[in-house]
Order: sequence, then C-alpha cells, then structure tokens
Amino acid sequence: MKASAARFILPLALFGSFIGLLAIGLKLDPSKVTSPLIESTIPQFSLPVLSDPQRHVTPQDLKGKVWLLNVWASWCASCRAEHANLIVLKKEGNQIVGLNYKDKDVAAKAWLKKWGDPYLMSIVDANGLVGVDFGVYGIPETFVIDANGIIRDKFIGAIISLADMKRIRASIYAAEHQREVGSASK
Amino acid sequence: MRPNIKERLAVQVNKLLLIMLIIICLPMIGFAQAPPEFSDPQQEVRYWQLLTELRCLVCQNQTLADSGADLAGDLRQETLRLVREGATDEQIIDYMTARYGDFILYSPPFKAKTLLLWLGPLLGLFVVATFIVLKNRRRFLANEQIEPLTKYERNLLDKHLLTD
Repeated sequence: MKASAARFILPLALFGSFIGLLAIGLKLDPSKVTSPLIESTIPQFSLPVLSDPQRHVTPQDLKGKVWLLNVWASWCASCRAEHANLIVLKKEGNQIVGLNYKDKDVAAKAWLKKWGDPYLMSIVDANGLVGVDFGVYGIPETFVIDANGIIRDKFIGAIISLADMKRIRASIYAAEHQREVGSASK
Repeated sequence: MRPNIKERLAVQVNKLLLIMLIIICLPMIGFAQAPPEFSDPQQEVRYWQLLTELRCLVCQNQTLADSGADLAGDLRQETLRLVREGATDEQIIDYMTARYGDFILYSPPFKAKTLLLWLGPLLGLFVVATFIVLKNRRRFLANEQIEPLTKYERNLLDKHLLTD
C-alpha cells in the first residue's frame, strides 16, 4: 500500500545519505594537516650546506626556477622509501633541495653516500627550528616552490605511489606555468 | 600448612622478576625533564595554560602538555621562548597557527567554517526532537477516552489472571 511504502522510504533515504557522508569521510585523512603556507612566501632562513658548512643558503639564492624542498633525515624510514622516486624526479630535471632535519652531519652524509644523492644540495636544520617555520611535523615532507619563492604545494608523507608521483608532477607543472599568485589559468 | 616447594619457588621467581622489571625501568629516569624555571609566576601560569591549548601534531589527540613526541618538545621550547620574550597569548597562538594552521589549536576555533562542527549535534537533536513531536502530536493533544472493559473482556482477563 502507498502509505507503508512512504514509511520505509524516509528512513532509507536518511540512512543512505548518512552512509554517503561516512563514505566521503573514509577518503579524508584529517591527520594530514593542511598547510597555511601554501600561496605565501617561503619562510626566511639561512642554513649551512651539508657538504660545505661554511657556505650558507637563503631562499633568495634559489629564485628563478621551480624547486622542491624535501625534508629528510637519515633516521627516517619513510624517507628511504621515497628515495627512488626522488632520484626519478631529479632525472626528470627537477631541482630538489634537501632539508636535513634534526640529523647528524656524519649520519646524513653516510646515508647519501650509501643510497645516492637526489639533491641539488642538502641544507642542515640541526635543531628543527626552521622546520617549525615551515610547519614540518611528520617527515618526509616535500614543498613545491615556484620561481618567485612562493610555496605552491606541500606534500605530506613519502612520495611512493603512482598517484603521489602524478600529484607532485602536476604541482610542479602548475608552479612552472602559473606566473602570478591567483592567476586565472589552472 | 607450609606451602610446598613449587609454590615457594614461584614466589621467589616472582620477586626476582619484579626486581628485574624495576631495574630495567630505571633508565627512564634519565628522560624525565625538570620543568622550566620562571621568574614571573604569571608567565609560568600562561606557559602551562598555552600548552594545554595547543595540539601535538604527531600524537594528534594529545596536547603539548601531554605529548612525549620530539616535535612537542620543540614546540614547547618555542612557546617557552615566546612567553619569556613577552609575547601575548594571542601572539603565540598566531605564531603557531601561521605555521601549522587551525589544527594546532586543540579546541577547534568558533569560526564560520567550524559552525557546523560546533552546532551540528545540537541541530541534530533539534531535528530529531521536532520529528518525534510532530509524529506524535495527535497523541499529545488528543484526550483519548479509555473505554471501560466490556463484560466479555473482563471475564477473559480474570480468567487469565487467576489461572497464571
């Protein structure tokens, strides 16, 4: 009868929409904190280079081309997991600067020697305070920075899957082809 | 009766295990950190208060006051530095949210974005209550006449009640 059918449809519809909300929720990961630094200027720093501690590098030294800042450490297992992909990105012509986070120079150099060095250079953040300025909380983290020193994207976690690589490449492409912040083309 | 050999042995083994457990745990004393010293007691109060308001991003359901994570230690140090330098609570919160976003606040802020989060349960309660009231309004308003039992029903009732 018509009346009884309606009685079932309403709870079913409510249940269905509830399940839909939960399904969307499963795909979200709130532990991945969205960075407030995206689309803002890279934080200022002056850090020693791992291979040449007398030399200091600031963000101004890296302007002019899109580059990646990869936060890593020799004690970080996930960094080892994404290492191969960083080598691939390097071979594709990307500039990756390593931010050696809360590490010992000796261990860091040994790690690079053993596994290979995907970095243009590594700069040393021994006490992690520059990391705090970048909102680093769970390495490895990778920032995509455009030619003007604006942070375009932040990638939290190791770059392992095909989807991760796709996303990073898309971010790099966007950073290369979007000249101004907020430009219409996307 | 005197406990037998097996039981006496078990007691001694347990004592030994307990002592070993305590000895193994002793190095943890090295990890204990003395709380920071303050010349200004108001600063001290503010420091500890702020630590309960900021989230540890590694152990995300703990505050900076609770968490033993490395990053929590770094952020506690930063908070301490800022308090000692004379920054206001608002400035310190701004410092943290500028770097980590709103998520670093342990209680989500009351903003337009989080309005649904804060009011959602209340709203849900309101919707359900309305539904219940509307569905049953006939029953709430009507003065239902309770008809007395007919003789047949009375007899049936008595029969069942008495022959239980």
